[in-house]
Amino acid sequence: MTMETNREAEVRGFHEAKWDEPIIFELSRKGERGISIPEVEKEIEEYVGDGVSVLPENMIRKKPPALPEIAQPRVVRHYLRLSQETLGADINVDIGQGTCTMKYNPKINDVLACSPKVTELHPLQNESTVQGALEIMYKLDLFLREISGFSRFTFQPGGGSHAIFTVASIIRAHHELNGEGDKRDEIITTLLSHPSNAAAPAVKGYKMITIYPNEDGLPDIEALKTAVSERTAGLIVTNPEDTAIFNPRIAEFTKIVHEVGGLCAYDQANANGIIGIVRAVDCGFDLGFFNLHKTFSSPHGCGGPAVGAVGVTEKLVDFLPVPIVDFNGEKYYLNYNVPHTIGKVREFYGVFPVALRAYAWIRSLGAEGIKEVARVAVLNNNYVMKKILKEVKGASVSFPKTKHRIEQVRYSWEQLMKDTGVTTEDVIRRMADFGFHLWTSHHPWIVPQPFTIEPTESYSKDELDEYIAALKKVTEEAYKNPKKVKNAPYRSAIHKIDPSPLNDPEKWAITWRAYLKKRKNWDE
Amino acid sequence: MRKKKVGLIVNPIAGMGGRVGLKGTDGLETLKKAIELGAKPWAEDRAKEALKQLVHLKNKIELITYPKQMGEYTAISCCFSPKVIGTLSGSMTAAEDTKRAAREMRDLGVDLPLFVGGDGTARDIYDAIDEDLVVLGIPAGVKIYSAVYAATPTRAGELAALYLEGKIREVIEAEVMDIDEEKFREGKLSGGLYGYLRIPFQRGYLPGAKSPTSVSERYNQEEIAAEVIENMSDEYYYIIGPGTTTKAIMKRLNLDYCLLGVDLVYKKKLVGKDLNEATLLEKIRKKAKIIVTSIGGQGYIFGRGNQQISPRVIKEVGKDNINIVATKRKIEALHGRPLLVDTGDEELDKQLSGYYRVTVGYGEEIIYKVIYP
Repeated sequence: MTMETNREAEVRGFHEAKWDEPIIFELSRKGERGISIPEVEKEIEEYVGDGVSVLPENMIRKKPPALPEIAQPRVVRHYLRLSQETLGADINVDIGQGTCTMKYNPKINDVLACSPKVTELHPLQNESTVQGALEIMYKLDLFLREISGFSRFTFQPGGGSHAIFTVASIIRAHHELNGEGDKRDEIITTLLSHPSNAAAPAVKGYKMITIYPNEDGLPDIEALKTAVSERTAGLIVTNPEDTAIFNPRIAEFTKIVHEVGGLCAYDQANANGIIGIVRAVDCGFDLGFFNLHKTFSSPHGCGGPAVGAVGVTEKLVDFLPVPIVDFNGEKYYLNYNVPHTIGKVREFYGVFPVALRAYAWIRSLGAEGIKEVARVAVLNNNYVMKKILKEVKGASVSFPKTKHRIEQVRYSWEQLMKDTGVTTEDVIRRMADFGFHLWTSHHPWIVPQPFTIEPTESYSKDELDEYIAALKKVTEEAYKNPKKVKNAPYRSAIHKIDPSPLNDPEKWAITWRAYLKKRKNWDE
Repeated sequence: MRKKKVGLIVNPIAGMGGRVGLKGTDGLETLKKAIELGAKPWAEDRAKEALKQLVHLKNKIELITYPKQMGEYTAISCCFSPKVIGTLSGSMTAAEDTKRAAREMRDLGVDLPLFVGGDGTARDIYDAIDEDLVVLGIPAGVKIYSAVYAATPTRAGELAALYLEGKIREVIEAEVMDIDEEKFREGKLSGGLYGYLRIPFQRGYLPGAKSPTSVSERYNQEEIAAEVIENMSDEYYYIIGPGTTTKAIMKRLNLDYCLLGVDLVYKKKLVGKDLNEATLLEKIRKKAKIIVTSIGGQGYIFGRGNQQISPRVIKEVGKDNINIVATKRKIEALHGRPLLVDTGDEELDKQLSGYYRVTVGYGEEIIYKVIYP
């Protein structure tokens, strides 16, 4: 397909690269190496030993791991080819991945994080040699205390879900200390909170109770009253929820849970619309967390490196994982003296480069600048919402009775689907033809044919307009010729994917080894 | 590659009553009345809309159908060259023709029979072939309660094409509902669960099943069963209502059960199968719990398909001992609408309204509202 360059067009032309690129395991050639490691010199071996014989016999592998064996240039080509087949945050106006806060992360913070002063640090270095790094973590803690009202933070959790797991661990430790660990086995969340609010405590063994929204899209307070009991360990919720509807009665929610002896945790992974405006403690929360990789300048996605910074009120400080970074008036140090600590949820004290980016980001903005982030994020969102509802046929907003949205909107293509048969997934595939990423929404889809757009503070009006122009073009096509949208994409690396194996435990595989094992049993 | 065989069974009189306000065309008398009132067949138009979506597969599939208005006319008008089998019993086709067509198609090894009609047609298909084949309904009925029909004829055609091309593979058990049209015409909705048919599943193509699910229905039912069984106490009798979700509990306990009936369990042993109100009350000797799921797309937990669990039984057991179970797909399909009760005893319905804990997975409950209509 040829494509003329036309700078006057409202929607830009785009064509993704397509490589028939095998999976890296399939590229493996026996004996091929990326790096030839020289033999150890005799003097060194005499001094430090062979490095293997000190290990206990039962820890030494009998067989080498089945890792792919590939020369360096082939590895480089492989990943560059794959990178051309993606629509990453730095290449498209990434507002279509709502709830994920895909904002621009200033490159200067990457420069700082990539400096050898940072990359050459070792987590086992003596404290006296890393005073600067410890100072940054300590001061970042102070900043986050100011933003949230909590008394202390840990940076140990390596992501948002991990932070929720840590929160659930602290909740359990608190009740165990009170002799109620076994009795309090239920955690309450809301349907439109982030799904990890239900998933991570379940891993911890909690029974999950989910509150459904009422017709205004707000968590039903009467349902909460039914849910709480002497079995309630805690409440873990997002607010604003994934619809960006802010629950104005949140203080009543936390009160109801406190009255039965539960703790309340605030998922502020995405704090972009309320940072500097709403403090967690003022809503009655006992603990909570921020994703430094969402709101605070580290790139987000693909499993890290990340930090889910967990903050707690004074009564829970003694449960934090160890070590916490402390200051004794003279020097910064790693404090392991936390009386009821839950232990460790990850090695060391957190991903330092991520903490550094967050620190630099906060310092560059200052208190007023941080509030400005939230204000612009909300303004951008409401601009996009008004424009979509006015100009994009077939789109509607969920829970329309509730007018106010904070930083994102859960929309619906229900009308488009009724009128044309074009589904939210069809629209997504067609948007990719214009170089834009769009996704559906978290499950469950109680909003029919959903999509969620989160403009953040990063994008200009022109960029937002371009994105909306593409949505408009796709829906116009849908009304004129639905097949055109249904058969999309035409200019992307991958066409349609059959999602049904995702529902079949016999088919899905998250590792190459699992794939090889299950593959044998497939019929075709 | 072997050509896929697609069946087409049109119930030509389906939906005729609706146009003249008769709420269904079950029974010849009603049909005559409908024709007197000026009803015109529209099932064929609906069938055409669906079949149009399969035209691009014309060379890859073999279309097998019944004579004349039962499919032949539709197929030819959509430029197919169908293989026509069977004979019609008379000029006005009857339920028997539908059943015979379905059975003959099964015997011919048809991969996907498509049938055009309403709830009555779905019941005929179920009577004929049960769950032997994967089938799909093209909606042409007056008011369809069965979950075996796609959202629209076009969606039906598209879904069939996706399934035939192997682009989707997931198959679910969908409910066939038995609504008494006589009573319905009198303004009373009464009815039950008649059985299940296996249909292809893809989000966005089925009404009331518009939402996707990240876990397949079956695994969800298994985890619900595991949760219920883990919490079973030897102190209680368990009244297990009809439906695939509740009967997954019986399967997991390795007990015999009646899919469409009410079974009674005590100490994880079967006390009675397919019981009615009287036998239930007679057999329960101490405290009991009721385990029910919502039947049909509207979300009824009492009064549709489980009338054996009568007001007397419910009062005996008590509101606190009602345990509602539902798959996530069922709940999502309600799009936030509450669950419903319609026991026939208004006072009881009022008492039963309120918030319930509904078991939706292993270690997973939701708080959900129940109202009476």
